[in-house]
Amino acid sequence: MLDVNNIEVAYMKVIQVLRGVSLKVDDGRIVALLGANGGGKTTTLKAISGLLKTEVGEVTNGSIQFNGKQIDRYGPEAIAAMGITQVMEGRRVLEHLSVEENLLVGAYCRKDKTAIKKDLEMVFDYFPYIQRLRRQVSGYLSGGEQQMLVIGRALMARPKLILLDEPSLGLAPLVVKEIYKIIHEINAGVKMAILVVEQNVKAALGIADYGYIMENGRIVLSGPAEILRDNEDIKEFYMGISTVGAKKSYRDVKHYKRKKRWLA
Amino acid sequence: MTFFIQLVVTGFAQGMVYALIAIGFVIILKCSEVFNIAQGHFVMIGGYLGYTFLVPLGLPVWASLLAAVVVAVFMGLVIERFTLRPLIGQPVLAVIMMTIALATVLSGLATLIWGAEYKAYHGLLPTIILKVGSISIPSESLIGLIVSVICVTLLMLLFRYTKIGLAMRATAEDLQVVQSLGIKATTVYAVSWIIACIVGVIGGILLGGISGANMVLADIGLKAFAVVLLGGVNSIGGAIFAGIILGMLENVAAGYLDPLLPGGGLAQVFPFIVMIIVLIFKPHGLFGLATIERI
Repeated sequence: MLDVNNIEVAYMKVIQVLRGVSLKVDDGRIVALLGANGGGKTTTLKAISGLLKTEVGEVTNGSIQFNGKQIDRYGPEAIAAMGITQVMEGRRVLEHLSVEENLLVGAYCRKDKTAIKKDLEMVFDYFPYIQRLRRQVSGYLSGGEQQMLVIGRALMARPKLILLDEPSLGLAPLVVKEIYKIIHEINAGVKMAILVVEQNVKAALGIADYGYIMENGRIVLSGPAEILRDNEDIKEFYMGISTVGAKKSYRDVKHYKRKKRWLA
Repeated sequence: MTFFIQLVVTGFAQGMVYALIAIGFVIILKCSEVFNIAQGHFVMIGGYLGYTFLVPLGLPVWASLLAAVVVAVFMGLVIERFTLRPLIGQPVLAVIMMTIALATVLSGLATLIWGAEYKAYHGLLPTIILKVGSISIPSESLIGLIVSVICVTLLMLLFRYTKIGLAMRATAEDLQVVQSLGIKATTVYAVSWIIACIVGVIGGILLGGISGANMVLADIGLKAFAVVLLGGVNSIGGAIFAGIILGMLENVAAGYLDPLLPGGGLAQVFPFIVMIIVLIFKPHGLFGLATIERI
């Protein structure tokens, strides 16, 4: 469904952030895009959703195809209308609007009034936590509730593909677990493809079908989630567990250092 | 006492017109963070339009208002399309500079079309005489009051209950979010400029009915500026409240202070003095929305 072919992205025509990124999202799948800070994950999402253009960024090379149509020249509004909705990093709720109004903004481009009402109830079914807050000013919600609200808002647009940027950011482990459980349910229930960017590798690979690891603007590793989960390098560098699952021992580090001194 | 009440009532009516004009400011400021320097010039154009439709063309009042609104819609569309859309994504300061240019162009156009003369159409608006006890409310003020209240109510309803109103409030909060959900920012901007033009033009006709149409009408923009700062730059309710307060202050000052000072004219300055004093103690204005801080 989504095909990103070897894209390069530069901000202000000078700062190159992506150096040839290719990835694929198939219908109804959850794909995780993982990696350390500054790797270009968010930029990849913005390139897909077109929001790059609002930040003086540009796809300088390569192409992005959505259902066979090249979309990297369109603006964010047009891409959203085609069925790609991005949930931006950092819980961007419309602070002074109520919870229900936030959700209705998500459905702004739709004409089917009865279906919108039904979807509103659907969102509240997925996120019962925000249902009783529907008349509240959304700026005063807790972090977890706000994250649920912005995901729900994206759902209201009925996209074919949701781009989720770090849904776990700044949330307690239990809340992260809950949100990922719901994301999984949504994917199964509504058959919506999801591309999720995450630092929390364990949570993301827990629900994803396929994963990509990014480093310095390139994809360095990819594969089905169950294989990535067992990959020794990923365990070591991104999950902080060593080969046997125990914590790393300082003795190993020392041993390594001693060896290096001999070499020098 | 009667004198005082008389001044307050007239001020209230005039303040409502200021509030209406100030709302044009607030709407543009909320949606695009641009301070529209040309708002006062919309008022001036409105005054001249009122004259043109009422005197040379001799249209009835309702038709004149309607025609002026049509012109305002057209004006808003043209301004948005040709001066502001090319500047989307550019620094806000560039856009503000553009509104200064717009102000100059509008006064130039007015000079070209109407010759910068004083055009009076006093007494052409319908006369309604209302007397409560010994206080009589001038007809022009009353009409200003009625039209402003209707317009403000309509705008409030638009914001609260319509889809485009929701989109405008959402755009005011976060442009990127709104774009990522497929709402066209250009449509929202166009609508906000159209509304700013309409309220400016209607305000111009109302004020023109009192004092006649001339270039000085553009200075009303400065007063609307004071109203907006006093009420809080992003609050429509604040603009209404502050508009009324400033209108009353101006009238009371004109009634009591002007006779005391040779030359008079303190009435023009007094609202600004109050504005400065209020801003010292409440920098966000009386009703400015502070960003929500969660604790």
